[in-house]
Amino acid sequence: MPDPRPTGHLHLAVALDGAGWHPAAWREPDARPAELSTAGYWADLVREAEAGLLDLVTIEDSFALQSDDRFRPDDRTDRVRGRLDAVLVAARVAPLTRNIGLVPTAVVTHTEPFHLSKAIATLDFVSGGRAGVRVQVSLAQHEARLVGRREFPELTRVDRDDPAVQQVLRDAFDEAADWVEVVRRLWDSWEDDAEIRDVATGRFVDLDKLHYIDFQGRSFSVKGPSITPRPPQGQPPVAALAHQRIPYELVASSADLGFATPRDAGDARAILAEVRQAQAAAGRADEQVHVFGDVVVFLDDDPAAARARRERLDERAGVEYRSDALVFAGTPAELADLLQEWAGAGLTGFRLRPGALPHDLRAITRGLVPELQRRGVFRTAYEASTLRGLLGLPRPASRYARDAVVA
Amino acid sequence: MTKQVHLAAHFPGVNNTTVWSDPASGSQIEFSSFVHFAQTAERGKFDFLFLAEGLRLREQNGAIYDLDVVGRPDTFTVLAALGAVTDRLGLTGTINSTFNEPFEVARQFASLDHLTAGRAAWNVVTSWDAFTGENFRRGGFLPQDQRYERARTFLQTTWELFDSWRGDEIAADQESGVFLRDPHPGAFAHSDAHFDIAGQFPVPRSPQGRPVVFQAGDSEEGREFAASSADAIFSRHGTKEAGQAFYRDVKGRLGRYGRTPDQLLILPAATFVVGDTDAEAAELAHEIRRQQVSGQTALRFIEQVWNRDLSAYDPDGPLPDVDPLVGETHVAQGRAQVRMYRDPLATARQWRELAAEKGYSIRELMTEVQSRQSFVGSPQTVAAEIDDLVQSDASDGFILVPHLVPGGLDPFVDRVVPLLQERGVFRADYEGTTLREHLGLAPLP
Repeated sequence: MPDPRPTGHLHLAVALDGAGWHPAAWREPDARPAELSTAGYWADLVREAEAGLLDLVTIEDSFALQSDDRFRPDDRTDRVRGRLDAVLVAARVAPLTRNIGLVPTAVVTHTEPFHLSKAIATLDFVSGGRAGVRVQVSLAQHEARLVGRREFPELTRVDRDDPAVQQVLRDAFDEAADWVEVVRRLWDSWEDDAEIRDVATGRFVDLDKLHYIDFQGRSFSVKGPSITPRPPQGQPPVAALAHQRIPYELVASSADLGFATPRDAGDARAILAEVRQAQAAAGRADEQVHVFGDVVVFLDDDPAAARARRERLDERAGVEYRSDALVFAGTPAELADLLQEWAGAGLTGFRLRPGALPHDLRAITRGLVPELQRRGVFRTAYEASTLRGLLGLPRPASRYARDAVVA
Repeated sequence: MTKQVHLAAHFPGVNNTTVWSDPASGSQIEFSSFVHFAQTAERGKFDFLFLAEGLRLREQNGAIYDLDVVGRPDTFTVLAALGAVTDRLGLTGTINSTFNEPFEVARQFASLDHLTAGRAAWNVVTSWDAFTGENFRRGGFLPQDQRYERARTFLQTTWELFDSWRGDEIAADQESGVFLRDPHPGAFAHSDAHFDIAGQFPVPRSPQGRPVVFQAGDSEEGREFAASSADAIFSRHGTKEAGQAFYRDVKGRLGRYGRTPDQLLILPAATFVVGDTDAEAAELAHEIRRQQVSGQTALRFIEQVWNRDLSAYDPDGPLPDVDPLVGETHVAQGRAQVRMYRDPLATARQWRELAAEKGYSIRELMTEVQSRQSFVGSPQTVAAEIDDLVQSDASDGFILVPHLVPGGLDPFVDRVVPLLQERGVFRADYEGTTLREHLGLAPLP
């Protein structure tokens, strides 16, 4: 499917997490570390992102309390700890915004696809078609213990050469693909015009337009239909962050939007080749799957100031900040150069992770965005009212309606 | 002492109470309907809005039930969104303890309580049916006799999670760099026959400490569960005497748990029709009942007692001459109220006697037994009745269920609330900010 906007235009997302992605960000003078659990904090951030005409915000989440070690709790007292359910944060902010996409994280490994399907459908209703969901697999043993429904082996790192670890990963991502399949079938389980309110016959719905989904998978089965009618977008976009082959396959088979972490343009090209190949293998070669590059950003008008700020934050944290994504410190114009170079490799957009909030978010909306607009590669007004519209994704018919037509 | 009346609003849903065929009936799913309804309740200074839940579309005779409203939003998500368009109104969600895990539910309610600055409440319900279970990972795993035990344990476990943060852990001291005063906030470990969980709860202590807890249901186990653990009970009672008996019974159980009568509010569901005069309201009420119970609806209702397909019968004709089928399987699935008829043969006998005495057809009988509104009259009459029922300890207030979305609450708020305020039995404005404060419940320690 063609992207409706001019060639070379970029999509921009911002990843919101706590006080920002740098562990010392909460100590910055403009941070609001005592308000991280309030609605007002999140509303202000998302409104700022919307003022910058961004496509969407993602909201990070996890079941476990934050830890510097993703596989076990730590006992640090100098980092932000504690967070709210991301879907509910998105819902709380939705009525206060009008155009920006809201993409909360959902932990698929420990949740019911039936519950999350209706939650995201409802987020789509309360936002007027701006919902998405970023799916996240959980492999940590201590996270499984919180829920108590299943056992996981203890991992210390995701070792790409250890076949046992790769099998754990494979199983978890296969289940994630099943989870997305169920969520998507449930969104389609009501055709758009299922509600008929036919006073003459006394029927509220047309039973021919409600569908059992009858999903049978390895770890769960779900009957359907959903209790919630088909959401405004039909299929809210599904996103996933991916760092290697198995998660790339989840993006290729199940998502509309992948977040990748290239180190340079060549790396971006290689990742895209891998995703597109997996997409073809999954039979989705003709569907548009966006791949965005993730970059952690420290932005100031003076490049030295940006680097100095990052160093100051590192000093306060007592350790150099490292990330799965490239860490960029510089000016909005320098970042624009980098994004355009990476876009040349085929990335359709970027998910920027602000090093510190609100500083680096404002630098995106008030520095980077005007710079990209000057270069003619970013929108100057919202051109669509739904997230699918902003991403140039058509609104699909219900799979069950399509089948009915084919039959 | 004059008691204060508590009022709440139930967003009407998938029962025949909701007259979707009325031209004034709006969307049951668009957010604008919820916004109007919630803002009307807040304009009326109500304690809270109430949402029901059902996790599978209802079926009868093997097909999805299509005569009533079908479909509703996700409870948590719509309540969180309503937090943005209201300021004081409590937000009560019905959440099932069978098809959820304590960790998830506690995380969601603690989040909702933060995002609404202390306005969250949880109506705890249980189910066991394999029918609903077909939508979930675990399926219908719970024997019926264990459902209250699991519910009790579930609730207790979520309390341990809510209480795992004391409230003083976060220092967020930018100067010293101390974010946490406690290196292990939210630590918990719980192990029993139903749940074996441990770790750290991720949500800091919320404004109310934990959500207000409601219990719905009338059974012996339900009453005991409410007396031991709930802040409010959502009940249904036809008459003043039945309400008083229930009130005495439930409040009388509190002492056994070291609780006082003011620690559990009794809030029955109530429907209403307000007219300029009592006569006009009565006429309107009759018309609404006719809309609520169509011929087809009457047949489906009577099938729920007879437990057999009666679609060949004429709703305007006499009651079926065959007897109800008594057995394990039921023609209606996904409906709590079919269990109200514990002795279908006796119910059938009573209904036949009533129909014979009054000359009722099936539809007339069903309109009579199923749809009688709680309050019918002029604003003065309705206000006086509500005041009387509260002062005579038939309840502590009411959860009002209008028959229309989104405007069904407006006549009550515009015409009855001012009269209750004049009587000095209902607040002129909110005094507190949290739902616990609206309900007169003491803050948690």
